[in-house]
Amino acid sequence: MTDPHDALFRYALRLGDDSLVLGQMLGEWCGHAPTLEVDLALANLALDLIGQATHLLDYAGEVEGAGRDGDALAFHRDVLDFANCLLVEQPNGDFARTIMRQFLFSLWRKGLLEALCESTDATLAGVAKKAIKETRYHLRFAAEWVVRLGDGTDESHARAADALDWCWRFVDELFEADVVTEALVAEGIAPDPAALRAAFDKELDRVLAEATLERPAARRGVVGGRSGRHSEHLGHILSEMQFLPRAYPGAAW
Amino acid sequence: MSGAATTTLDRAARIRAVLAGVPDPEIPAVSVIDLGIVRDIDAGGTSVVVTPTYTGCPATAVIERSIRQALDAAGMGEVRLVRRLDPPWTTDWITQAGRDKLLAYGIAPPPASSRLRDEAPACPRCGSTATQEVSRFGSTPCKALWRCLDCAEPFDRFKCH
Repeated sequence: MTDPHDALFRYALRLGDDSLVLGQMLGEWCGHAPTLEVDLALANLALDLIGQATHLLDYAGEVEGAGRDGDALAFHRDVLDFANCLLVEQPNGDFARTIMRQFLFSLWRKGLLEALCESTDATLAGVAKKAIKETRYHLRFAAEWVVRLGDGTDESHARAADALDWCWRFVDELFEADVVTEALVAEGIAPDPAALRAAFDKELDRVLAEATLERPAARRGVVGGRSGRHSEHLGHILSEMQFLPRAYPGAAW
Repeated sequence: MSGAATTTLDRAARIRAVLAGVPDPEIPAVSVIDLGIVRDIDAGGTSVVVTPTYTGCPATAVIERSIRQALDAAGMGEVRLVRRLDPPWTTDWITQAGRDKLLAYGIAPPPASSRLRDEAPACPRCGSTATQEVSRFGSTPCKALWRCLDCAEPFDRFKCH
């Protein structure tokens, strides 16, 4: 039986790491997006996610009670200690891959945050109520682009289909239950991850139909991010993100 | 005893007056009171509760610092600043005075209620409601980029949130 207190720490860490890593990845688009409006949009999304990460990682540190705050958790852990899902650490690729990654993440995250608004943990519920508004916005932006690319030119359609095919292997992990979620479901703190799948699939199919894209055939999902088994990409992301506070410990604005 | 009670009441009112002079760092035309992010000043004037607008808004830390500085400068002494997330901030909390100031500043204010979120805003320059969204994301997390189809001017719209 997992200690519920430890489970809460690890759960907050997962949520925070998802936001942090995706926020960092989106930040790479700043100054490189196809149009000014998209550039602003992606930077805004990144900002929201990093803001959410600050709340969630600060809370994880508080629960842990070892004197680490959000910054310590973000900048002074290594790859094996990160608990983000594999989807968010996938490279930006072309614009279609970035959009598809965002769409799948935001769609899953919206369902999760809606459930967390009812959490018996007051802090998680508070962060969820705040983040859900932003996440609905992110989802609308990403879904509109999925439709525009999928139902666009032959080229954009092909790229959107390729992006969906690439991202699909990382979707199952989002709905994976383990000892951490089981301990928290019992306490009413977190929803059962698998219970979020039906609503996800329904909305996914609606958007894909509009985008003239097909849901990829079921295949074995790639998992492991939640327990620290990451792809090669995460190390590169962290080396850039963590360089400054590690090279200049205690640096402040 | 009644004299003491009046003094504590005054203290909360004085804090409110000080905060009414603290501008939002991104949109200096409106104060933190206008924005509705000051959720509570306790009757004794010992604590102020602030709710951030967007979780990632870089202005949040600046706002807290400005509030602290303004209270210190006004000689308010010990006042606890509390950050509260729940209930989450909504544009419905922006005061009427705040909306008027936004409009005068050239930013279309959010609708009076978030239930009216789908209504097109009036152009802050010519007042026409023939307006169109250009980009849902603008220069700050709280704004979207719109344009007026009559006078052809682009303008910022405070997003309904």
